Amino acid sequence: MPREVRDVVFVDGVRTPFGKAGGMYANTRADDLVIRCIRELLRRNPQLPPERVDEVAIAATTQIGDQGLTLGRTAALLAGLPKTVPGYSIDRMCAGAMTAVTTVAGGIAMGAYDVAIAGGVEHMGRHPMGEGVDPNPRIIAEKLVDPSALVMGSTAENLHDRVPHITKQRTDAFALASQQKTAKAYANGKFQADLVAVAVRDPEAGWGLATVDEAPRETSMEKLGTLKTPFRPHGRVTAGNAAGLNDGATASLLAAEDVARELGLPIGMRLVSYGFVGVEPEIMGIGPVPSTEKALKIAGLTIDDIGLFELNEAFAVQVLAFLDHFGIADDDPRVNQWGGAIAMGHPLASSGVRLMTQLSRQFAEHPEVRYGLTAMCIGIGMGGTVIWENPAWTGSSQQSQREGAK
Amino acid sequence: MSTLENPNEVVTKSLLRLVTVPGLDKPAALITLDNGFDHKKPNSLGPAGLASLDNAITEALAANPAFIAVTGKPYIFCVGADVTGIPLVTDRAQAVELGRLGHRVFARLRGSAVPTFAFVNGAAMGGGLELALHCHYRTISGGAAALALPEVSLGLVPGWGGTQLLPNLIGIPAATQVIIQNPLMQNKMLKPKQAAEMGIADVLFEPADFLERSLEWAVGVVRGEITVARPEVDKDMWDGVLFFAKQTLDQRLHGAVPAAYKALELLGLAKDAPFEQGTAAEDEALADLVMSEELRSGLYAFDLVQRRAKRPAGAPSPGLARDVHKVGIVGAGLMASQLALLFARRLQVPVVLTDLDQARVDKGVAYVHKEIEKAVSKGRMDKGTAAKLYGLVSGSVDKSVFADADFVIEAVFEDLNVKKQVWAELEKIVKPEAILATNTSSLSVTEMAADLEHPERVVGFHFFNPVAVLPLLEIVRGERTDDASLATAFAVGKSLRKSCVLVKDAPAFVVNRLLTRFLGEIFAAVDAGTPPEVADSALDPLGLPMRPLALLQLVGPAVAHHVGGTLHAAFPDRFGVSENLKRIAEAGKPIMVDDAVNPEVVALLQVGNAPLTADEVRQRALDALAREIRLMLDEGVVAEAQDIDLCMILGAGWPFHLGGVTPYLDRTGTSESVTGHRFLPRGVASFPA
Repeated sequence: MPREVRDVVFVDGVRTPFGKAGGMYANTRADDLVIRCIRELLRRNPQLPPERVDEVAIAATTQIGDQGLTLGRTAALLAGLPKTVPGYSIDRMCAGAMTAVTTVAGGIAMGAYDVAIAGGVEHMGRHPMGEGVDPNPRIIAEKLVDPSALVMGSTAENLHDRVPHITKQRTDAFALASQQKTAKAYANGKFQADLVAVAVRDPEAGWGLATVDEAPRETSMEKLGTLKTPFRPHGRVTAGNAAGLNDGATASLLAAEDVARELGLPIGMRLVSYGFVGVEPEIMGIGPVPSTEKALKIAGLTIDDIGLFELNEAFAVQVLAFLDHFGIADDDPRVNQWGGAIAMGHPLASSGVRLMTQLSRQFAEHPEVRYGLTAMCIGIGMGGTVIWENPAWTGSSQQSQREGAK
Repeated sequence: MSTLENPNEVVTKSLLRLVTVPGLDKPAALITLDNGFDHKKPNSLGPAGLASLDNAITEALAANPAFIAVTGKPYIFCVGADVTGIPLVTDRAQAVELGRLGHRVFARLRGSAVPTFAFVNGAAMGGGLELALHCHYRTISGGAAALALPEVSLGLVPGWGGTQLLPNLIGIPAATQVIIQNPLMQNKMLKPKQAAEMGIADVLFEPADFLERSLEWAVGVVRGEITVARPEVDKDMWDGVLFFAKQTLDQRLHGAVPAAYKALELLGLAKDAPFEQGTAAEDEALADLVMSEELRSGLYAFDLVQRRAKRPAGAPSPGLARDVHKVGIVGAGLMASQLALLFARRLQVPVVLTDLDQARVDKGVAYVHKEIEKAVSKGRMDKGTAAKLYGLVSGSVDKSVFADADFVIEAVFEDLNVKKQVWAELEKIVKPEAILATNTSSLSVTEMAADLEHPERVVGFHFFNPVAVLPLLEIVRGERTDDASLATAFAVGKSLRKSCVLVKDAPAFVVNRLLTRFLGEIFAAVDAGTPPEVADSALDPLGLPMRPLALLQLVGPAVAHHVGGTLHAAFPDRFGVSENLKRIAEAGKPIMVDDAVNPEVVALLQVGNAPLTADEVRQRALDALAREIRLMLDEGVVAEAQDIDLCMILGAGWPFHLGGVTPYLDRTGTSESVTGHRFLPRGVASFPA
């Protein structure tokens, strides 16, 4: 039968404030975090009849306990969606939520769904990285992958080895800028509208309410210079120039563009293309470079067409390697306008949707920008990139967009 | 306040946290009530708990918050005053202080210049709900298990402002229902939706994000973006509603429950009296009741039902119980069909009925199916459960269907030989370890088992009608019943959600023996020439759930006569045979017509010429009860007087304010005058010495 590919739009996205592992969410369940996000999405989009949601894809890296039990389905039920709405769990480590988005987007484009929810959660306090893993002994026996590939901090040190021109000084400077940009964005109220307050209980202190990220902190080059390098003696990667261990969840609403219009849903972004590519696991941080090249190629665009970047800051070195590859300055105003994971935190499988939610808000502020991208590196050596078009774009040509972005 | 210290208080702490809430410049003061245990040990407020709340309010106000909100720990807001401290109160001044302390602390929430909110996240009862009523605004979670002001059921009144605040919030008809009628109707509780519709809460939120929504709502109220509209209370109907409520009480209780009448008075006061006057009256009423024997008995009864009923005295270790994967029921009559439904519903295992012919079997199964349909159409059962139950219940005329049953209960004609025949036939079919249970109301379990190859697996399983409703199950140990069979019987009883009491194999066990003994005195009085109306109303001051003749009507004169016959055979000196009762049973006429004794029945009576006064009848009935209970305890029918009381509360519906019965017999001096001793030491179910 003849089939038309439909345009997919990012309608809306929310997230919980991100906590530090062992911090404000120490007594909060992971599933409850993502359930809060799903409920808030539905509540702020009352035009959407809940039974019109065709799929709920929720990512988590460690699918154990409160992140297990086919989380997408159980979270949908617990969020109060009709029992007719299906759901599933998804895992691509740090790019879990991003993959949830691209996967349901594929379903929407080919007509399987009209509307879908995609999100992710990672409670790294309850589920430390590597909990319950059982790597196949062949990995070592056959030297398929260097054992350091399973320790993300070590892969960042490995990447430093490959790009020696990126100094610790540069990564610290990038990290400081990330903190400063996030603080400024908070002060200017850039995040608040998309943060879902979470009631948190402490057996000793009673109920409280999480309303802001716990991880951002004031720092300085001096302070950053004193931090330990836990992954290698005299190494370069520190807690200051990497994302921390965090708890948090995100959720987003995606729809076929015509359905969004029919239901009167807002259109935040239009999906242009996406790409996932594998790289050497030992230097997984380089992943976004080939994945971006792939997504650009599919879209028929070049890096110069991109007016806004939301890059996940797993490690400063990995973002800088990306910027260097594409010839973009460390402090290019198009990149991570509101800071990134180094400041806000990176609850692994949830982060992809945070990037998209922020890009969508930035699109609204920048009608001169036509295209933006979200990209992240992924454990076991991968990169993922999604390119989006700004529905608020007012320009008439690529040229004007490029001018506007500068 | 040192005079109110309770060394055993499980202190519910008020944990204060200043919370930043979006939309407000100042923080909110969020107070969490939490006793440090999970929901199985709910929050309650004793003197130390109130002191903690007092401190938290002081600290909250000092922080100059945008608003103050009180909420609970998961699933529980607060289930009321800590009643464990009440038995320690020995003088009236302490009792008055108990009321005042609650009033003083709660009044701070009501009088606060800063807006106050209760976020009722879970169960809220008694003093917990009163705390919420003192707040300026209330939200409630759709997941809250229950809301109630159950004080009257215990023998108290809502004495921390409930009688004054509730009627002025939701109107006098609804308040009377919550404060008086519900507690006296098996302590009926409100669901959150009902509570919100009544106006007890201003808004209902779903449980998934109850606290977040509540905080958001509170912000809206504080910012003036949300206006809380409450309908004005109609004062014109006030007196009329209370007049009718009193009439109803008089009819049912004949003045026997002082707490209910005190609550009525306080509700009357709430119409016009200033709040402080109303709460002062609550203090006095509370003190009167705390110093009353009725309350002490009520607390004892509450403890029996809450705790003893869950851990039956004398039951063997639950670990000995065998699994029950299939149940057989001999007989397919009404009782058998009711049992089939109950077993299938609670045990979720196949249940098979047998009877002599296919028509009876079909009728029995059809009854069960119809009951299931009814439950579905009333929304009390989901379709999945119904489908499962349809498949579980079957019938047969061939008893070989019992071959793989683990538990077979008979509900055949009450005749020892008939029952023995049934067991003898069954023993050839069933497994040697299958439990054989009898639902006999008076026959000897030991005799029934006497000729069996495996008498150790026979137990008595005595339900009370209607079996789906009444919570008591008398489990009878025959002389040769072994521990494993008994343990299995208790396990089945627990699965059926019954409160089980272990009873020795003695004629008519507990409830029927006592009811028969006391009805016997009523009939003896009638036989002697006492007018039936006088004899029938002689026990009104006790506030029993029904008068003797109405009870007789419910049980059925024929059954009563049969049980009476068994007891007469066993104890002829105490259990007489009333010729009048026999005549009534044989005539088959209804005893009561339109709540009065049927004149046709009166016409059947042949009476003597030595009428008794009501007081004499009552005293004779009470004396008889005291003597019988003493004998039963001496015979070892049950472990302790507490079990007698539990049986009377759960099997006969005897009221809390009597403590079942032995506390009442003790406090009226009956036990001592008849048996020379009290049943319970002073202080157990009575005011301490």
